[in-house]
Amino acid sequence: MKIFVCVKHVPDTAATIKIEGDTGFKDSEIKFVASPYDEYGIEEAVKLVEKNGGEVVIVTVGKPGADATIRSALAMGAERGILVTTDSQFLDATLTAKALKAAMEKDGMPDIIFTGKGSVDSETFQTQYRLAGYLGMPVVNDVSKLTVDGGKAVAELEVGGGDKQVIEMNLPCVIGATKGLNEPRYPKFPDIMKAKKKKIEQMTLADLGIDGAAGAVTLEKLEPVPERSGAKMIEGSVEDQVTELIRILKEDEKVL
Amino acid sequence: MARTGILIETENNAVKDTSLGVMTAAKGQEIIALVTDADPAGLKDKLAEFGAAKIVKLAASGGDITASPDLLAEALAAAVKEFDLTALLGTASVPGKDLFARLAALMDLPLVSDCVGLDLAAKTARKSHFSGKTFATLKVDAPVLLATVRPNAIEAEPAPAAGETAEFTADVTDPGKLVIKEVKKGDAGKIDLTEAPIIITGGRAIKAAENYKMLDDCAAKIGAAVGASRAAVDAGYAPHSMQVGQTGKTVSPRLYIACGVSGAVQHFAGMKTSKVIVAINEDKDAPIFAKCDYGIVGDIFEVVPVLTEKL
Repeated sequence: MKIFVCVKHVPDTAATIKIEGDTGFKDSEIKFVASPYDEYGIEEAVKLVEKNGGEVVIVTVGKPGADATIRSALAMGAERGILVTTDSQFLDATLTAKALKAAMEKDGMPDIIFTGKGSVDSETFQTQYRLAGYLGMPVVNDVSKLTVDGGKAVAELEVGGGDKQVIEMNLPCVIGATKGLNEPRYPKFPDIMKAKKKKIEQMTLADLGIDGAAGAVTLEKLEPVPERSGAKMIEGSVEDQVTELIRILKEDEKVL
Repeated sequence: MARTGILIETENNAVKDTSLGVMTAAKGQEIIALVTDADPAGLKDKLAEFGAAKIVKLAASGGDITASPDLLAEALAAAVKEFDLTALLGTASVPGKDLFARLAALMDLPLVSDCVGLDLAAKTARKSHFSGKTFATLKVDAPVLLATVRPNAIEAEPAPAAGETAEFTADVTDPGKLVIKEVKKGDAGKIDLTEAPIIITGGRAIKAAENYKMLDDCAAKIGAAVGASRAAVDAGYAPHSMQVGQTGKTVSPRLYIACGVSGAVQHFAGMKTSKVIVAINEDKDAPIFAKCDYGIVGDIFEVVPVLTEKL
């Protein structure tokens, strides 16, 4: 069984984003990691290969520094990595999907492709669908339970309001992983050492015949979300506090 | 006048309030409301009041569009051509996000997911980047702009229009890639977290799963949904489907009441675009008080029951 896991190299979710110019951010001072949802995809892929044999290949489209993020995925048990380098953190989702497709076709097609349900940087929530579209594969996102057996995958996903759907599809397919699917492992020291020797093949967007400037969505401005300056504290007895809160919410804020 | 399609979401044969906000995002455009799962006659008054020039019941020759997201995407793609739309908007609900991503892949058109602001004339959209830490303004260069709008992010404003009803059956079939085997119903009657106008969240201080009943009781009085912080989910007090924040749901209600939530950046990432944020926490130094609108220092087990009683 061959499994690709698409992993995005993103700022750690605890990092402070310092904006530079109109659309840039200071990336030299912050830690980058695998986008959190992608880790559920890595874990599920590694578990499937541990059970069925085969290999897990990490595919990343990102800045050259993304090799460190690929190494962390290799330490979780993936066999090797492919890094398609680009100079922008915000590559158009269409181009990212085309780059992933081209890199995968060059390497040889898989039985399953995992992605996270979305990336925590640009939050476009669409690359997995485009990749599936370009490859003619079924795609299911937000998957919190998966069974793979006899050339079929059965995925469980939340569809809103606590309702869940169980969807069956043929392999090969694209699965967008989310929390609940598994508990991603913490690599042990020997795994980290072993990962240092694993192969990461690098290529550029241009090597795959993709023009990184050809996207239809352009980032015009990046600005901080205004922070609140601190709560107005409501004092008094519990009765008084609650009465005043309800008054404020009804009369001043008009949200009740 | 440019023509914009709005995919209307309904519940119990009534238009969801979140869809009205999406219509307001297309203010100034000729709005075609696309309905998939209800009788348009019953929705006519509401949709006309909020700007629909035309209300179209969408169907597909190849089957039930409500039973297959891929078939619905095919039907919507046909509707974009049939009505010569320059934009198609929907709600960034769980099914809405999934459907629009399928549609964007199918039509090979750009998509802006989960917008908090839109300027259809300028073809720009504003959305969260870095999990709620920054807003990005994106310019879209495409013949048809596809976007989903974060529930409650744009307040609905009436803008009366004709609201003529029509039907359109797209000549499309299901690609047959997915088979929905089963739908497991969650707790019936619970309001969906991402779409709720008011949310009450319990954090680690809730101490036990059964204590969420206290929040459920309060929520029931004001039509709110109940959420949980990551700490509460990781402690096993609540399922992940209730988690608000970085690795959970992103919400934007008009009122967010955080009970016993410390206020990690990852939690704020999921709720900071709420209109009003109230925190109730025993610890006067809890980080949440630095970044919310109103605070009460107190034991949630004392404050919440009084709140429920007085609401």
